[in-house]
Amino acid sequence: MAEMFLARYVYLMVIVLLAIGLWGMLGKRNLLKKLIGMNIFQTAIFLFFIEGATKLGGSVPVISPELGMEAARYVNPLPHVLILTGIVVSISLTGVALAFLIVIYRKYKTLDDRAIMLKMKEETSE
Amino acid sequence: MSSLSILTLAPLLLFAFITTLVGIWRLKWAYAAAVIGMLLSLIAAGAGVFRVLAEGKLRHFLGGWPPPFGIEYVLDHLSAFMALIIVFIGLIAVVYPPEAGLYQPPRKGIPMYGLLLLLFAGLVGVVVTGDLFNLFVFLEIYSLASYALITLGGDRAVVASFRYLILGTIAGSFYLLGVGFIYFSTGTLNMADAAQRLVPLYSSPVVMAAVALIVIGMCIKMALFPLHVWLPDAHSYASPMVAAVLAGIQIEVAAYVVVRFMLTIFQPHYFIDVLPVTTVIGWMAAVGIIFGSVMAIAQRDFKRMLAYSTVAQVGYIGLGIGLANPLGLIGGLLHILNHAFMKSCLFLVAGGIRYKTGLHEIPKFAGLGRKMPLMMAAFTVAALSMVGIPPTAGFFSKWYLVLGSIDAGNWVFLAVILASSLLTAVYFFRMVEKLYAVPSSGDAAVEQATEPSAGILVPILVLAVGIIILGLINALIVTQLLMPVAALLPS
Repeated sequence: MAEMFLARYVYLMVIVLLAIGLWGMLGKRNLLKKLIGMNIFQTAIFLFFIEGATKLGGSVPVISPELGMEAARYVNPLPHVLILTGIVVSISLTGVALAFLIVIYRKYKTLDDRAIMLKMKEETSE
Repeated sequence: MSSLSILTLAPLLLFAFITTLVGIWRLKWAYAAAVIGMLLSLIAAGAGVFRVLAEGKLRHFLGGWPPPFGIEYVLDHLSAFMALIIVFIGLIAVVYPPEAGLYQPPRKGIPMYGLLLLLFAGLVGVVVTGDLFNLFVFLEIYSLASYALITLGGDRAVVASFRYLILGTIAGSFYLLGVGFIYFSTGTLNMADAAQRLVPLYSSPVVMAAVALIVIGMCIKMALFPLHVWLPDAHSYASPMVAAVLAGIQIEVAAYVVVRFMLTIFQPHYFIDVLPVTTVIGWMAAVGIIFGSVMAIAQRDFKRMLAYSTVAQVGYIGLGIGLANPLGLIGGLLHILNHAFMKSCLFLVAGGIRYKTGLHEIPKFAGLGRKMPLMMAAFTVAALSMVGIPPTAGFFSKWYLVLGSIDAGNWVFLAVILASSLLTAVYFFRMVEKLYAVPSSGDAAVEQATEPSAGILVPILVLAVGIIILGLINALIVTQLLMPVAALLPS
């Protein structure tokens, strides 16, 4: 497995994207940027699955008379199907999160994490 | 009939749609439909437990496709136990009247019952599925439903819920990435199939990374210290009924996933000896128990105190996993059941107090004990159980954890359990004292308080009586349901 990781540079990009996403989620103060970070993070995972499914020279996973029944000649379709489900999950999450952001913005007039915290504290002391 | 696993899940998914549709028209009908759906599911879950006790593992192949190609649903002792807890507590929460369970009753268009049923469907799905990726889908279903339900608590709850969404998604994504590693190493997603194919790969760094990712993800979901940061806000700003469900059953399901991976998908020695997973979980839990208890003492707000108490109680479950011997694991699993009853009862009491008096800060509760004798009696039973006084249920799970610590020769864990019982006593007896011993300060809200209506009282009393019954029949639960699970561990 380790050689496979080195042989396929795409995995390096996946790791970079994962790191950017995590940084966006945990390091950024703006809630919308956190959400963007989340999307990058999830996309990196999708990319990882898709890259795992590829075979150099592999064909579309529909059995054709020329290529026969040998599995090695077709790309693995299962990760693609998993990731379709994963994308649906990701889109629902993004939709719900955006709805939350609208509510938060209407109430606090900002999406900055610290500013929201401050306004909450003012509310409590009033 | 081996399809009891899918029969527990199907009514929840089906009625989630039905309640949402009729809820647009009449809220009362949505309530009725939700109760029917939960009852159907409860019958199947109850039958599932008896069936598993009689026959052992039940397997159902979804759509008739045999594993490892098709998705398999498995009902064994552990998942039948979890499914029954989830559906029972779920039914109690659905029956609890929304005017007390939420701060304000939902408007007609808001599919509250649909979301609740979807949440329970996700939780039941996680415990009955025998497929790694299917588990991820159910994990996200219940997470999405909980994010939406938390926001019913008001503006602050939305901010708390957004933070939980970010951390919850990191957890879910870690799980997915871990499953990806396992899939590309073994070529299968079926749990039983993966268990066999993983054995020769135990020394592979990819499999080790997969375990690390999955365990970290699940520790975030179960709010194990120091990954609990999202919990106090989310659970204290969420409305009481939602908090009861989240604290009672939602976070425990993540603990179930860890146990499932430790016992079934990997062999226990991999988590105990090869990788230090149980050791790390045990120590995180031990620190979390003390931290949560101390923080709970510092709180004035009743629900916030309960939220920090949850951080401590989840520690007990983590400690059971961390001890990694049969007695300890029995203690941890029994605590999942007991905590579900105790914490749900306490949050529903918080909802009842808030509804009748508008109060939420403990110092202002003085004198309420005489005004609401039945509800406060239920509170006292749950509080005694949290402290761990026999014959309430809470005593027995701590008893098994103590036995497990002695068995493992881990005296620090033993000291933590005993110290935390004292700390729990401090924050609950402080409140019991306020309720019964301290005379009322003449606050109009307390003076005019009366016992709440039967709709609020009955779910609370059922849970309180349940705590005592569970204490009395705990030997039966342990020998019948939990012993076979714990027997997988080396003693």
